[in-house]
Amino acid sequence: MSAPDLTHASRREAIAFILKNAFISAFVALVIFSLMIGVRTEAGPTGQLIYWTRFDDLATIVAVVFAGSIAVELLRQWWGPVGVVGAIAPSVQRGLDFAGKAAPPLLLIFAFLVPVLFYNQRYLLDLSILVLTYVMLGWGLNVVVGLAGLLDLGYVAFYAVGAYSYALLSTNFDLSFWMCLPLAGILAAFWGVLLGFPVLRLRGDYLAIVTLAFGEIIRLVLLNWESLTGGPNGVSSIPRPTFFGIPFTRGDDGFAARLGIEFSPTHRIVFLFYVILALALLTNWVTIRLRRLPIGRAWEALREDEVACRALGINITTTKLTAFATGAMFGGFAGAFFATRQGFISPESFTFQESALVLAIVVLGGMGSQLGVALAAVALIGGFELFRGFDQYRMLVFGMAMVLLMIWRPRGLIGHRAPTVFLKQNTAISAELAKEGRG
Amino acid sequence: MDYFAQQLINGIVLGSIYGLIAIGYTMVYGIVGMINFAHGDIFMIGGFIALITFLILVSIGLTTVPLILLIVLLVSMAITSLYGWTVERIAYRPLRHSFRLAPMLSAIGVSFVLMNFSQVSQGARVKPIPPIITGGYSLLESDGFVVRLSNAQIIVVLTTIVLLAIFTWLVSRTRLGRDMRACEQDQTMAALLGVDVDRTISMTFVIGAALAAVAGMMYLLYYGLVDFFMGFVAGIKAFTAAVLGGIGSLPGAMLGGLLIGLIETMWSAYFSVEYKDVAAFSILIVVLIFLPTGLLGRPEVEKV
Repeated sequence: MSAPDLTHASRREAIAFILKNAFISAFVALVIFSLMIGVRTEAGPTGQLIYWTRFDDLATIVAVVFAGSIAVELLRQWWGPVGVVGAIAPSVQRGLDFAGKAAPPLLLIFAFLVPVLFYNQRYLLDLSILVLTYVMLGWGLNVVVGLAGLLDLGYVAFYAVGAYSYALLSTNFDLSFWMCLPLAGILAAFWGVLLGFPVLRLRGDYLAIVTLAFGEIIRLVLLNWESLTGGPNGVSSIPRPTFFGIPFTRGDDGFAARLGIEFSPTHRIVFLFYVILALALLTNWVTIRLRRLPIGRAWEALREDEVACRALGINITTTKLTAFATGAMFGGFAGAFFATRQGFISPESFTFQESALVLAIVVLGGMGSQLGVALAAVALIGGFELFRGFDQYRMLVFGMAMVLLMIWRPRGLIGHRAPTVFLKQNTAISAELAKEGRG
Repeated sequence: MDYFAQQLINGIVLGSIYGLIAIGYTMVYGIVGMINFAHGDIFMIGGFIALITFLILVSIGLTTVPLILLIVLLVSMAITSLYGWTVERIAYRPLRHSFRLAPMLSAIGVSFVLMNFSQVSQGARVKPIPPIITGGYSLLESDGFVVRLSNAQIIVVLTTIVLLAIFTWLVSRTRLGRDMRACEQDQTMAALLGVDVDRTISMTFVIGAALAAVAGMMYLLYYGLVDFFMGFVAGIKAFTAAVLGGIGSLPGAMLGGLLIGLIETMWSAYFSVEYKDVAAFSILIVVLIFLPTGLLGRPEVEKV
């Protein structure tokens, strides 16, 4: 219904409707926030709780809700019903397709050039290493959530297993980073299978909660097994990575001295950058290749319909277990990298929040799209950095964004969930059917 | 023996609180088929509202303890149930026909919002209050160890029993309860027969939130503190209770709650306090492997 068609009466009705909604929203907001925002409690000087009122804040919030409700209603009437996506002009569509094709190589070239472009900006280099770590985690989790459709809320457990594997192996047995990296991956994959077995029969929501419980168990064990993991103090002085045996130190046998260039602490950062870039690209490459193998096809089939999958004779057990193991292995690699970069790890770094963040990256990226996940990681981690000053509001906004995303774009910002194989004639037939059926 | 009796009392009290939260999980799962991940945080909000109401009542000079308790209970239930209603309205209703994982992901978002909302609005520190209900009885005494039953514990258990009775009556005898059971079986059919499905689902969330608010208040009475993070772990444990009792089954939720409460207390008493959460989470995994329908649940039929 467009605006000019409205008669005078129906317009008045619409206004009344909007105002009624706004008043109800404002009233609900008033009741909900009356005590939580209108009153602030805090321990007083004697340790006893005291409170003071903040009615001005309350009034502001209620006014904002009132205005916001009107704005949302107006937008909704102007936009039309939710779910109707406006037709995209063919030229725009072609442009988008081209951008989609051109983006990955351009982004890749840019990623390779980052250390060259920002050599002197330590902060940016650190940030891009962080972003790449999350890109890698996102790609790893994408195997489990995006491809196999298994909602994993405990992914951080594998990250933790990888990090602690490297930390403990290197501090106790003096193994080098490059020795530990595969070990960390294998151990994490092993834990992935271990988690996979009990949850084979579970689906959807149950699976999510069990993986969450699993992640918490790992964290709590790390926190309490003090003789092995150092408990809340974590593991410190984890060896820094070496250039295949050559350390990045100032000494004579250091990287700089061997090459005959001047020593700079940035060398190590640049090296770390390329390591995580290589690891992330490895993850991406393996995922893309696996998608074309029977196992990848089986994952996608599992995501689309488990019962049909079973009826077609696909072995659900191995399919699920390999998905968990593969995802976990990449988590383990990322964990080992995290440990060597930080030089210090503690259970604090492996909370549920971290899992939710990686999951949000995958969901935002459109569950299954490699490019989408990478862009989502850049957007989310970059966004978190931008709003560093508003630390306490960060997770609040994060949660709201997650809800809004589910309502408006449940397929992610770059939705791409189409199976990689489908019948070629499919499109032709469906177009004809649409013509006949819907006219 | 005396030590065991004391732990039994503590376990039952804790179990009552878990049971009240678990009912919210099990009801919502029964009707909408989703795990309301934010339910633990609704419980936390209930605790906070009870705390604030209590502070205000004390500061305006009210001293009659039963009256204070009653007002705190009613205010906390009323406001918290509005939270439940709002959450359903904003975050779950638009997703009812979305893809499989959408409600769960949205619920995780809501959980973050509620948790950080109370952190931002009330501060991150733990909020202690002086004990509201004091006194109690010594039941047994031997070898210098006294088994105590405090008045707070009695009130927690009594309130739970009374509320459960009201709730059971509501579900089995009223129009609303009948609508709820109808929606649980078949939403489309219920709608065809004149049941307002949207309203019934809303009411389910409201009732679940009200019971969670009671649990929050009981938690405050019993432990004397609330903090913004308490909903997370309590929520998972209550969910474990719901699964253990058989998700979808109301008596099962209460039974599961009591069992989880007892297991947790016994584990802390005889094995290790540090690993009590690990024990509760492991039970969740073990139950789902060996007893996926729970103690009182019906087996789920897989439909294509």
